[in-house]
Amino acid sequence: MSVSRFNRRDGLVVAAMLGVPLIIDAAFIWLPALASVGLSFTKWTGVGGVQLKSCDSLPSVPGIPQPGCLNGVDNYSQAFTTYPDFWPAVQHNIIWLLVFAGFATPLGMLFAVVIDRGIRGSRIYQSVLFLPVMLSLALIGIIWELIYSPNYGLINSVIGRTADDNLIDWLGDPSLNLWALLVEASWRQAGYVMILYLAGLKAVDPALREAAQIDGATGWQTFWRVIFPAMRPINIVVMVVTVIESLRAFDLVYITSGGNPLKGLELLSVAVTQNIVGETQRIGFGSTLGVILLAISLVPITIFLYQAFRREESPK
Amino acid sequence: MKPSRLSSAAAQVFMVVMLVLWLTPVVFALYVALRPIAETNEHGYVSLPRSLTLDNFRAAWTQSDMWHFFLNSLYITVPAVLLTLFLASSFAYVVSRLRFRWNIALLILFTAGNLLPQQVIITPLFRLYLAIPLPHWLSESGLMYNSYLGLIVINVAFQLGFCVFVLSNYMKTLPAELDEAAIVDGAGVWTRYWRLTLPLCRPALAALATLLTTWIYNDFFWAITLISTGDKRPVTSALANLQGQFVANQNMIAAAALIAAIPTLIVYVALQKQFIAGLSLGSTKG
Repeated sequence: MSVSRFNRRDGLVVAAMLGVPLIIDAAFIWLPALASVGLSFTKWTGVGGVQLKSCDSLPSVPGIPQPGCLNGVDNYSQAFTTYPDFWPAVQHNIIWLLVFAGFATPLGMLFAVVIDRGIRGSRIYQSVLFLPVMLSLALIGIIWELIYSPNYGLINSVIGRTADDNLIDWLGDPSLNLWALLVEASWRQAGYVMILYLAGLKAVDPALREAAQIDGATGWQTFWRVIFPAMRPINIVVMVVTVIESLRAFDLVYITSGGNPLKGLELLSVAVTQNIVGETQRIGFGSTLGVILLAISLVPITIFLYQAFRREESPK
Repeated sequence: MKPSRLSSAAAQVFMVVMLVLWLTPVVFALYVALRPIAETNEHGYVSLPRSLTLDNFRAAWTQSDMWHFFLNSLYITVPAVLLTLFLASSFAYVVSRLRFRWNIALLILFTAGNLLPQQVIITPLFRLYLAIPLPHWLSESGLMYNSYLGLIVINVAFQLGFCVFVLSNYMKTLPAELDEAAIVDGAGVWTRYWRLTLPLCRPALAALATLLTTWIYNDFFWAITLISTGDKRPVTSALANLQGQFVANQNMIAAAALIAAIPTLIVYVALQKQFIAGLSLGSTKG
């Protein structure tokens, strides 16, 4: 069956079924993604159009906004050298990723393994651990503020640090707030990973486990040498989810800081957004940060696509 | 081989501790929301209650016009979910059930688009939304920016990739004879998609609908960046405004946040299986 054998009506139907989703995806996802690459080499406040001229050739009058102009790689060098939030943001995104990869994800996997063994009450455990996955990050940010509240909060009350002279400002102190938010984020992420691994564990052939046990493998050995490798597709999905979610981290920071920049909580995603929601729009520079984020995220995306579509490229 | 009694006991202890840790934030928020601000200001949140009332919930509901924000969420979520499922299933049908030449390339394009962090595309998208005019009956501002339609479109575009991926995998597992038999009977493409294939995809569609409803309802980023006025925002992103409005009354903010969670909690109680099935469909093939 090939497209050419369709009659006219079928041809139109197929064209619409493919075309409409394709146009939406192209116009609102890929066009902006590509445009951000182009805009990343410009300087533009959003006033006037973008002219394909070098910024140096345009007159710069104080008080009158310049139209968009070509700025070469200046935005990039500015990001890497003078933009004060850039390196803290990169560092915080890396910490975020390390905590997800080293703590939240293994914890979620552990939950899945324990629940999958069918211990008593496993259904209740699963339901409760999964609850945060359903909640919006905005809501999570708000309810955790009660835990971290300096004067009244749960933690400071329990450790007796609620007086004005000895309180701990978990969300305000730049050396603590990232870690406080990572606890919130992990609270949600572990449940997410748990659900993915529960599906993965169910899909593993039980005969594998039995065979390993007949061969005298311990539970630990069975998991790491037999079950875990057999879950390769899920492992890739979890890895992608872990990396992408670390790069996307935004909502918790926005809610916690009330939409303003907060020292200690700089992230690439937050930096991108600040260049468009602020009073002065810096479309070119915001795009540059977006492209840097894009370049980083293409790594896990490529790995995932390779894994997901590899088998289909080869003839069946 | 049964796990030893010792390791079972250790697992139980571990899970009970985790259970308590996982429930604490939610239960604590509920407890704070049920107490008057005057009382917690004096004694802190960690204290025995003198009185428990629903006053904070009532005040949050009336003072912030929450009903209005819920309606905004409804206007955005329902069309977005239906459109996403319709468009994704029709696209998935063509690339998975018809021998279409570019199917893998197109699937890759859609799947990759869904994995991009939103912030990668927001800057040009923001300018794009300011540049696309809409008739005034669709948008008061006359622009895609700050309109319900704008928010619906970006949610659809962003979720399409995941749904196309899941649905095309699902449709591939249906027997090929299905289409072949229908072709012999003279059924056109549309009939085969709408009358034959879609009903068989009902489990996947139900799971995806649950997942999409939750995700789009919970969306914060698109609404914060593409809707400028507070009164147009759906309830999840309106929480950011309420936080500013009730800044002196954390108890009321907690109450507002819990009210905003009610739709997701309904999904949690009634459709948990569907939600989990949706996530699992995305991660295991076929």
